[in-house]
Amino acid sequence: MGHAVTTPAPAPVLALSRVIKSFGPIEVLHGADIALHSGRVHALIGENGAGKSTMMKILTGYQPPSSGQVLLQGQSVMFADMGQAEAQGISLIHQEFNLAEQLTVEQNIFLGSELRRGWLLDKAAMRAKSRALLARLRCDVDPDRIISTLSNSDKQMVEIAKALLRDTRVLIMDEPTAVLTRTETAVLLDQVRALRDAGTAVLFTSHKLDEVVAIADDLTIMRDGSVVWSGPARDMTEHQMAEAMVGREISTLYPPKTGGRGAVALEVKGFSVPGYAQEIRFTLHKGEVLGIAGLIGSGRTETFEALAGLRDGHGDVRINGNAVTIRHPWEALAQGFAYLTEDRKTRGLLLNKGLRDNLTLQALHKFSNWTLDARAEQAALDHAVSEFDIRGSRDVNVGSLSGGNQQKLLFAKTMLSDPEILVIDEPTRGIDIGTKQQMYEFIRKLAAEGRAIVVISSEMQEVIGLSDRVLVMRQGRIAGELVGAEATEDAIVRLAMGVGQSAPLEGTV
Amino acid sequence: MSIAAPDTPKFQMSVIGPILALVILIVMGALMNPNFLSPENISNVLSRSAFIGIIAVGMTFVITAGGLDLSVGSMAAFIAGLMILVMNSALPVMGVGIPIVLLGMAVALLAGILGGLLNGLLITRLGIEAFIVTLGSMGIYRSLVTWLADGGTLSLDFTLRTFYQPVYYGGVFGITWPIIVFVVVIVLGEILMRSTAFGRHCAAIGSNDQVARYSSVRVAQVRLLTYVMLGLLVGVATIMYVPRLGSASSATGLLWELEAIAAVIVGGTVLKGGFGRVWGTVIGVLILTLIGNILNLTDLVSPYLNGAIQGAIIILAVVLQRGRKPGQ
Repeated sequence: MGHAVTTPAPAPVLALSRVIKSFGPIEVLHGADIALHSGRVHALIGENGAGKSTMMKILTGYQPPSSGQVLLQGQSVMFADMGQAEAQGISLIHQEFNLAEQLTVEQNIFLGSELRRGWLLDKAAMRAKSRALLARLRCDVDPDRIISTLSNSDKQMVEIAKALLRDTRVLIMDEPTAVLTRTETAVLLDQVRALRDAGTAVLFTSHKLDEVVAIADDLTIMRDGSVVWSGPARDMTEHQMAEAMVGREISTLYPPKTGGRGAVALEVKGFSVPGYAQEIRFTLHKGEVLGIAGLIGSGRTETFEALAGLRDGHGDVRINGNAVTIRHPWEALAQGFAYLTEDRKTRGLLLNKGLRDNLTLQALHKFSNWTLDARAEQAALDHAVSEFDIRGSRDVNVGSLSGGNQQKLLFAKTMLSDPEILVIDEPTRGIDIGTKQQMYEFIRKLAAEGRAIVVISSEMQEVIGLSDRVLVMRQGRIAGELVGAEATEDAIVRLAMGVGQSAPLEGTV
Repeated sequence: MSIAAPDTPKFQMSVIGPILALVILIVMGALMNPNFLSPENISNVLSRSAFIGIIAVGMTFVITAGGLDLSVGSMAAFIAGLMILVMNSALPVMGVGIPIVLLGMAVALLAGILGGLLNGLLITRLGIEAFIVTLGSMGIYRSLVTWLADGGTLSLDFTLRTFYQPVYYGGVFGITWPIIVFVVVIVLGEILMRSTAFGRHCAAIGSNDQVARYSSVRVAQVRLLTYVMLGLLVGVATIMYVPRLGSASSATGLLWELEAIAAVIVGGTVLKGGFGRVWGTVIGVLILTLIGNILNLTDLVSPYLNGAIQGAIIILAVVLQRGRKPGQ
């Protein structure tokens, strides 16, 4: 950027020029610029709260700018609402799927713009068009399938097909890969490439920088409401991107592995979860972080949910040497065993309740002596807010906190019951790099306190960077154990895929 | 980073609304008929509110925890019939006196607890929808009381009725027993909902039962307890009700379930669960009772339109509730 251009570049299809956005006296966007070009993928990255959402809302007509211009093919436009932006071929795909779960793929694609023949629906035409759209996305889902039976990546494809139906020139995707597995992500990225080659301008946000490197042509980095870097994506390495986002040097993302290994805290033998896992056998020591890797569907989550009494499972389980039978979550808690879910929005937190009610829910008995001690609860919240650096207003419902703050609150909630054995499923899904670093430090600190920690993660870097030992699961079994330096991406992939030698995931990052 | 709807200022209408409506009704009543604020009428209104009110307090917990109970009206009728049958048949042995009344009361409470337990177990153990289970038990109890009364009316023995009557008509310091019991239930209910782990767990389960389960809350047990508690309170309400008329028939307690649910909703508890308040329910009961009372005391509108006005109030209350959470 900033260089004189010799050949005039084609005008961007959609751009923001010196856009300022204020909510009351608070300015959240300080004169931001961005330009989206046809046939190019533009990545927008930044920490939570950097202003990415506001930027996307303005681009899609969800909110008007306070000052500055939205330029559609060089012409200044004012979208009164999202409908007008959509009519101009600008589509936004939300992070959470916006699909009717009980309807078919075809019904969802045409929802709200059904084709009619007279008074009746023209089902044949809709079917043909659905197939054509899905074929264009190289997605072989049957248009008659019910949405709830689809995988996340296929749902994402249906969202995109829906956008394409509306003759989309600009496709804006808010963290499309947040809920996808590695393989699903690879499929999605391939399809984004296909769209790009067909001339669509794509804007997408992600916290996964390796994806940005893999797919983006252009890159805009935001911090605190300003664009701090903008230019061709190939000019930046992942490390430089992370530093630009955070605004400081990131020497080490992962804290040093200082854990001294203590006595055995958990011993599992011959444990099985009907339909998900068999013959699970491992030991977990006090003071160590045990990483669990494996593809989604390898039974990782199900195994530990069963150990936590959240689903049926049986086998020989010993905690601190004593045989235990855990059939319900409260029995696990009584044994000092806590499981922190990967699904914070539907299983972790009550989104329509405040911070206090969420924080104390799991350990409510500690605040209850016939009646609840509201003052002690408030003190616990004060303590959690400062210890876990939870930012934002305390008077809001948890649903309006950012993902990172929700995750910290979920963490604080689980720690309030003071578990000796803590299983954390996907500790950093959908949160920014600064918060990730904080989470890693919390986890290490807990291990240093002598707690036994299990970290389940789909991000291999995370498993490797955080764990003292790594167990790799494949098809419901423990495929192998990697200690210390043995734990490399290559070794994990080999175990996870069940192949003898290094097999790089095609098309992935 | 998701794109969430912009925050809206907290809409306080849901808190002020029911109180305001109650105040307006009281002022209207006082202006229309000078007898409205007489001690006799106040006592009358409160005593009448007590039956539905006691049940509605229990219903508040059930609804807050994401459940529903349609069977309370016919359960009350069945319990009343059972109580009368037991007392009548024990009369030759026990004679008129306090023991036989206590026996009747014990039968009512026990039947209430068992009725609630049955509903609760079917809902929590077999995982059947609360609506279906209680729709079924509603029909069963209604039919049972009709059968017990052989299609007619079960009447408490005359001498026994005279002896038992003070439980409805009597009281201390001019306050009748139903009012006293109602107040005790309200106070206990309010404490239970607002400042105990049980109340918090009810709200958590109604808000999202998966989150509650993952937070080690004993979801099934808490749910079961809400139905048992409601059953117990139906028993309590029946104990107060039987001495009023001394009889039970297939028409006893007709539509009580709907009045109780309506009172809960008018009071600001969210029908799909997750948030409940006992004091709101009490205001809801008073509003619904006052409408009937005012229509009876004035000639402005026919008392036959009571149901229409109550219905309008219920719909209005839900519209106001929705204002609190736009876009949900």
